[in-house]
Amino acid sequence: MRRHLLSSADLSRAETEAVLTTAESMHDVQTREVKKIPTLRGRTIINLFFEDSTRTRSSFEIAGKWMSADTINISGKGSSTSKGESLRDTVRTIDAMGVDALVMRHAASGAAHQVARWVRCSVVNAGDGTHEHPTQALLDAYTLRRQIGGEDRSLEGKHVAIVGDLTHSRVFRSNVITLARLGARVTAVAPPTLMPSGVGPWSKAEGFETSYDLDDVLSGSHGDVDAVMMLRVQRERMSGGYFPTPREYTVGYGLTRPRLERLLDARPDVAILHPGPMNRGLEIAADAADSASSLVLDQVSAGVAVRMAVLYHLLAGADETQPTSTTATTSTEVPA
Amino acid sequence: MSSTLVTGARPLGGEAADVLVRDGMIAAVGRVPAAERDGDTEVVDADGLVLLPGLVDLHTHLREPGREDAETVASGSAAAAVGGFTAVLAMANTSPVTDTAEAALRVLELGRSCGLVDVQPVGAVTKGIEGHELAELGLMARSRARVRVFSDDGHCVADARVMRRALEYVKAFGGVVSQHAQDPTLAGREACCDESELSGRLGLPGWPGIAEETIVSRDVMLARHTGSRVHVAHVSTAGTVEVVRWAKAQGIAVTAEVTPHHLLLTSDLLAGYDPVYKVNPPLRPAEDVEALRAALADGTIDAVATDHAPHARHDKEHAFVDAAFGMLGLETALPVVSEVMVRSGLLDWAGVARVMSSAPARIAGLDGHGQGLQVGSPANLVLVDPDRATTIDAAASVSLSRNNPYDGRTLTGAVVGTWLRGRRTASEGRPLLAEEAWA
Repeated sequence: MRRHLLSSADLSRAETEAVLTTAESMHDVQTREVKKIPTLRGRTIINLFFEDSTRTRSSFEIAGKWMSADTINISGKGSSTSKGESLRDTVRTIDAMGVDALVMRHAASGAAHQVARWVRCSVVNAGDGTHEHPTQALLDAYTLRRQIGGEDRSLEGKHVAIVGDLTHSRVFRSNVITLARLGARVTAVAPPTLMPSGVGPWSKAEGFETSYDLDDVLSGSHGDVDAVMMLRVQRERMSGGYFPTPREYTVGYGLTRPRLERLLDARPDVAILHPGPMNRGLEIAADAADSASSLVLDQVSAGVAVRMAVLYHLLAGADETQPTSTTATTSTEVPA
Repeated sequence: MSSTLVTGARPLGGEAADVLVRDGMIAAVGRVPAAERDGDTEVVDADGLVLLPGLVDLHTHLREPGREDAETVASGSAAAAVGGFTAVLAMANTSPVTDTAEAALRVLELGRSCGLVDVQPVGAVTKGIEGHELAELGLMARSRARVRVFSDDGHCVADARVMRRALEYVKAFGGVVSQHAQDPTLAGREACCDESELSGRLGLPGWPGIAEETIVSRDVMLARHTGSRVHVAHVSTAGTVEVVRWAKAQGIAVTAEVTPHHLLLTSDLLAGYDPVYKVNPPLRPAEDVEALRAALADGTIDAVATDHAPHARHDKEHAFVDAAFGMLGLETALPVVSEVMVRSGLLDWAGVARVMSSAPARIAGLDGHGQGLQVGSPANLVLVDPDRATTIDAAASVSLSRNNPYDGRTLTGAVVGTWLRGRRTASEGRPLLAEEAWA
């Protein structure tokens, strides 16, 4: 049984598919009148968020509560580390209270990895700096499987374009790993200034392609695009000289209305994703965000189911290789 | 009259010889007749061991004043003696900064009161190492501390005009500016990992080699323009080596140092986000490490300097980007150099004496150190067992800190004993000073 989820790379293909399959069961809970299963009754989960995040924190909190865990939110503001305590002392103090899991968001890359060496409880990386956000990648994969995966929920051979500020995106880093695990092809699109360092050899190793030309990619030059994942341009980065002006960025790399129309003409069934929060008019036009092809709200909904599945696999003692929906139904006592 | 006879040692790794030390000076080298021995002469059996001049470290952080929980002049001196050093240059980025003659004298006196090594203060280039206004360079130089090396280490003197003025000014008293070469506009404040595929994958802020190379390129041109001396601290990239090589070929007065850790450790160690490997400049890939070794062997890089940077445990127990920069180095410098340079055949022991004693002493203008093993020289000595393999135990360090990147590694080449002006200061890994004085 795996104890932590720190990186998308922690999960093998079988484990990744197992989590996604479990999430299907968990998704059913969302549609019920009484959204409560006893799976994690008596377990305590701390959401330790050193960085603001309404979306991810709420998603984990709901996931825990629906599984009957006691979930407690601790904000980085006012925490001991903000008063000078070391991160190690802070997490060991919480761990000593006998909690079962730390769901941790931190502005520093690698923080979850470090914390996992210091505590006894399970650690779930809910986003560490510009490194990874593994549950986001899982929920993206989950959303894509349901939308473009067909009846067998397969992403094998599907082509996903990930567009935007790749340098600072933990979503990108986790997604290239998870999507590759599931057999999908990824083309990463960004201006050269927003490509991560050393992306050339890295992309070769991970099996994804890169491009500086969004129109070229959307036109199918790298193969027909099944999904486009737009990433948030972090407004705080705009003064860093990564691109001249927001206008120029939008012209080059935004999913604008004309681009959307051209794309839909060629691929009416294309899926559009965005991890949010969105900068409407900058990286994504309102028409694209609100179009029938947009899966933005599906991603949010999937987030709860996927996080329930992750917590289940880490805390409920599931067999890591075969927690099929049947297994989940029996061992987690999902009510019929 | 005190005397010591070291018998059977190999001076500079050469033929075996006896070395007689009397009243702090080397009195005889070779076969020492029995008549030369006093009745109370201490005899040290050094059969097969290598005898070198005492090591000199151009780049030590002693943390006193300001962070005596991490290191003091006494504990740092103890670590230095254990590591075979007889002189260390104490960097200026203490709190308060060593940017006045009074501050420099305080460090000097603390070192003297301890007496294990000669502690020579480095003066800040700019007030408060803030990079704007020149510190009292002349007053520090003309004080009893006789400061000759100036550095804002930890920070780069990024302003070209300030650097130019500093280089011009120190010419008046034969000083040298030791530059922490790091363009802050190219390596941002949080930069902590070699900018590479690895930093891209790990999501760590990259510290590109070009941030070092552009500053070194600028500084050697400023040194040529001013006719002054510049020293490049902790060279970390192959590109910098090329710049220094070119500058030396042009006759520009540039010298350079490399740390033991940049000669041994590679950037891939950062994959686990362990802050013990967080250092500034960062660890670099194997290609750079190879270039640094070659440059040290061929003389492009003049000296090994430890950049000994002790930190209290809690200062490293943060997320990687928030943890303090730096690692210990004094106690392990010689074993590391032995491992990567001597055992590989890149340097012989005479070469080690050059890069760890004579060259740093010359760069720092230190009298009485780095003079070799001739009769009449001060008896600053280190005795080395070149074949002894030691597994490094961080917990056994005499430093007050434990940020030792070599913990658990086995290194071959061990310091057996150290003498400062004929007085034994360390033996078999322990300083010869009451423990309460350094622990």
